[in-house]
Amino acid sequence: MSLRNRVAVIGVGTTAAGTMPGHDAYDLGLIAFKRAMEDCRIKRTQIDGLIVNRIPDYQRFAEIAGMDPHFALVTPGQGRMSGNSIEIAASAIEAGLAHTIALVYGNNGKSAGDQYGGEGDRYGGGGVGPWFPYGMTSPGAAHAVMFQRHMHLYGTTSRQLAAISVAFRKHALLNPDAVMKKPITIQDHQNSKFIAEPLHLLDYCLINDGSVALIVTTAERARDFPKPPVYIRGFGTSTKLVNSSLPPDDFWYAPMQHVARQTYAMAGVKHDDLDGLMIYDNFSPTVVFTLEGFGFCRQGEGGPFVENGRLELGGDFPSNTDGGHLSNSYMQGWALNAEAVRQLRGECGARQIKDAKLIQYMCAAPLVTSVIYGTDL
Amino acid sequence: MNAPYTKPLPAIDDRNRPHWAGNAAGELRVQRCDDCGTPRFPASRWCPHCLSENTSWQTTSGKGQVWSWCVFHRAYFKGFTDDLPYAVALIELDEGVKIYSNLVGIPREQIRIGMRVRARFEKVTEAVTLVKFEEDK
Repeated sequence: MSLRNRVAVIGVGTTAAGTMPGHDAYDLGLIAFKRAMEDCRIKRTQIDGLIVNRIPDYQRFAEIAGMDPHFALVTPGQGRMSGNSIEIAASAIEAGLAHTIALVYGNNGKSAGDQYGGEGDRYGGGGVGPWFPYGMTSPGAAHAVMFQRHMHLYGTTSRQLAAISVAFRKHALLNPDAVMKKPITIQDHQNSKFIAEPLHLLDYCLINDGSVALIVTTAERARDFPKPPVYIRGFGTSTKLVNSSLPPDDFWYAPMQHVARQTYAMAGVKHDDLDGLMIYDNFSPTVVFTLEGFGFCRQGEGGPFVENGRLELGGDFPSNTDGGHLSNSYMQGWALNAEAVRQLRGECGARQIKDAKLIQYMCAAPLVTSVIYGTDL
Repeated sequence: MNAPYTKPLPAIDDRNRPHWAGNAAGELRVQRCDDCGTPRFPASRWCPHCLSENTSWQTTSGKGQVWSWCVFHRAYFKGFTDDLPYAVALIELDEGVKIYSNLVGIPREQIRIGMRVRARFEKVTEAVTLVKFEEDK
């Protein structure tokens, strides 16, 4: 039985990304949740499921939000879990555990002074600790090691990564809520300081405060709400967790191929049917790995593929039209999923993809996920 | 008197102690499953390949190649501040196990993926000897 178009997103709420001192993850989540409810004019009593992410505890959040849902879950505060949480919500609705689920994400990383390297580096459940005596730490450095190898195997260049950063920055300039407001050039990227070489500062995502909420329900119920439903047309998950404290040999190609097969089959679409992409861009090389893994180009050809504006509005595959993690804010995939919904509703103003009908979200990580959204049944 | 050592030190426990004792003795030791023979590192209780708990420590050749590497321009650990920029390499040992470490005596512009390297040992405190790698010519 296919889950194609069985569940739809009816409400979206976000905060502008930036610094929001005095708000913890619960507060931030509640703000987005209220906005998502206003967006679809739903009453809290109509929501019978709750999934929170990065917000530490579902019990406390539900207490603050005044809810007693029939289905409640917290997922780990890792970006790869955004797509996964959306899939769990769709599956739970299809299974009848709930009919309408609020997904609420709150991130106070900036105000909390979160660091993704050093003694507090808990990547892979703390599996990276043994490398600290050699100065190895941070997801950014792990991606630098991966990209160095990609350069070696396929001749990919830092200038090709710059094309990604420039594309997403152009989009951020069209998004009033995005953190980054200044245009950049390829040369600006090349001149920006190295953090973990070969990666420059402009290859890194932006740690900020912010929140996102999505409300999903059955396709049947979705038609009763004011805005056009955005259907969850296909999705999939796979993993590469064995030895995942070290970089994968294949840039997660194998699990991405699995997810691609599953997701495109469920959605019944091909690459060329897609009007836009939302690509998890914690670091710019991830975009290259993702485009290869999902078959937009052959393995090793991701570098040339992203050049010449292909990912920009007006290009073949406009991507991360909100500015992405690189130039909007690191909302761990959630803002990209919200952007997909808004694009398909035609709500994106200056950054609107014309006549967008199908958009795919993808996340390359030890746990790979993808969701394809569509306007039509 | 030497300046105090300020870089992160390993958490040595009963499980990983043979590795650190090996370093002190000038041998690079990794775990090897007694049942299926699969080598592994860092130390773990269970063999991820066959889930056996039976394990021994094997002295490796200490030889391998640079699988990839990066250069830190930011000190996430205070003790590394004076080393910036410093390289970290992921070494693939000939026994098939990968290990992050540092390269000694190889200028950064000469580091190459596939470069042959061999272990050398560097005593940094009374209790801790690190394993680093130099070019194996």
